[in-house]
Amino acid sequence: MALVSVTNLTRIFDVSKPWLNRVIERKPKAMLTAVSDVSFDIEERTVYALVGESGSGKSTIGKMLVGLLAPSTGSVDIRGVDLARETDAAKIDDVRADIQMIFQDPFASLNPRWRVRDIIVEPVAARGGETRGLAERLLEQVGLAARDAGKFPHEFSGGQRQRICIARALASEPKLIVCDEPTSALDVSVQAQVLNLMSDLKDEFGLTYLFISHDLTVVQHMADKIGVLYLGRLVEEADPDTLFDTPKHPYTQMLLAAAPQLDGFGREVAPPTGEIPDPINPPPGCAYNPRCPLAADICRTTRPELRRVGNARVACHMVD
Amino acid sequence: MTPTLSIRNLTVDIPTRHGTLRPVQDVSYDIAQGEILGVVGESGAGKSMAGNAVIGLLNPPAHIASGEIHLNGTRIDHLQGDDMRRLRGQQIGMVFQDPLTSLNPLLKIGDQLTETMLAHLDISQSEARKRAIAALEEVGIPGAAQRVDSYPHEFSGGMRQRVVIALALCAEPSLIIADEPTTALDVSVQAQIIALLKRLCRDRGTAVMLITHDMGVIAEAADRVAVMYAGQLTELGAVRDVLTAPLHPYTDGLMGSTPLASRGKARLHQIPGAMPRLDALPDGCAFHPRCPRAQADCVRNPGPTLSDGQGRAACFHPLVREDVA
Repeated sequence: MALVSVTNLTRIFDVSKPWLNRVIERKPKAMLTAVSDVSFDIEERTVYALVGESGSGKSTIGKMLVGLLAPSTGSVDIRGVDLARETDAAKIDDVRADIQMIFQDPFASLNPRWRVRDIIVEPVAARGGETRGLAERLLEQVGLAARDAGKFPHEFSGGQRQRICIARALASEPKLIVCDEPTSALDVSVQAQVLNLMSDLKDEFGLTYLFISHDLTVVQHMADKIGVLYLGRLVEEADPDTLFDTPKHPYTQMLLAAAPQLDGFGREVAPPTGEIPDPINPPPGCAYNPRCPLAADICRTTRPELRRVGNARVACHMVD
Repeated sequence: MTPTLSIRNLTVDIPTRHGTLRPVQDVSYDIAQGEILGVVGESGAGKSMAGNAVIGLLNPPAHIASGEIHLNGTRIDHLQGDDMRRLRGQQIGMVFQDPLTSLNPLLKIGDQLTETMLAHLDISQSEARKRAIAALEEVGIPGAAQRVDSYPHEFSGGMRQRVVIALALCAEPSLIIADEPTTALDVSVQAQIIALLKRLCRDRGTAVMLITHDMGVIAEAADRVAVMYAGQLTELGAVRDVLTAPLHPYTDGLMGSTPLASRGKARLHQIPGAMPRLDALPDGCAFHPRCPRAQADCVRNPGPTLSDGQGRAACFHPLVREDVA
């Protein structure tokens, strides 16, 4: 059975103006659909990556997975437990201990007034666990020194801070780690160090990652399976080789063509046209139809279902 | 032919209570007319600081300690106040990373464009407005005649960056300094902006200093590339040569740690350690403590340089490539 099973997940945010302004200006309520009917499974000990541009809903899905946001409809089952609807407190607690998160900005995600030791053992101490020597052991595992435990976060560089974040995420011995753009704030050579560390730790501790990124090259390197999001909808899902060699959805094709390539010297490609539409008023039918070169009448009226095509799952009327 | 921009032995100093920091050290390069020079390096490598020195935007106490900067054959590094202000905008355009903070939120974009043109060109108000609309059309803003009276917040990030490019180009400068112009943008918008920058500069023969940390962007946009490390120029050459057959061990390591270059490999290549702090630069070559090819003589002072703006790699023991002359 899959470790994480996401079914028809939807999240709608109310972004209306305050009540009085709406009355005076005669404006209707504005609802922003950040995630719309997304379903996928994450197998144990694999890396599932979500890619998409800003506003595609990838971080919202990550937050719903760890329970920082409640789904509007649909469900997230982790080890068969739906955190949003489960009523048994002991069961919720048990599952929550298995989930940790690594954030994008290592400067904002560490408390500047706490020593590294306290930061790292906090997930364990909060549950009343034994913490003696834990921080020192974890620091060595992520490639820092045991004596760094007594320092403060400002004494470390960005890459070192992200290692501390990883050590903190490992402290409660989780099964699933949600990584939200873990290397976007880092330089290439530091990014390589952190990605290698994450791969090593995954093998060592048998971890499962949900890896959220906008960087296709990082995702290609890390993931066992990739889900491509557009305007809150899953448009394609496949393993990296299938996705990068034979992208099926026109949006995925556009995204891959637009990504800069190291051997693309003086490459002259027609850049993609248009921009991501307004998520408050998404276009009817397929969200990509205004920019899509293949769009037909059905694309403007009916939303395509995610269906299996070869090794991939694709949400497009025009693919067979 | 004189290059549009010529930097010779540029050194920038920041005096502090704990001694002088040197974020840019003995850097020399040229940018020819219509050429795009990519400047790459990691954070703190001094790539933006060199760009700011050219346009006279160094924040005191940072200052140019030595070296010369020539624009179209005229020396500009000693210009002050009004002389420098005339140069900015008119001869050098600037595109910054964050398109929201580089536009005034209280002014309509049309007013920001006409303001720049009226300051630098001898034209009338109505002529300036006409040119502003034309400039917006040129950078691909739909409905330019209406959008000219919009405020920056009414544009998306990609559209704002187009406005900033229009603003940089509106006084027809001979050099554009683009400092991480696409870092804040999505991949598909980035491709649009890069294509736009390339097209406009080729059409007008504008020289571009493209400062970025993204090797992919460099590969696609630049003609030549300058790699910087710890304030020094480590490698300079045609983009294809530098990226496919780097001679400096740092460039080689940097390329190896790019996930794009190591598709299908289990591990990325790692450069051990981190870039040294400016107040603790090692003797000799700044890269030698991390370098797999370091030998005893790499610690000797002065370290290797590319001070004449020629040559490929600032290294005593560069990688040997048979196919590169």
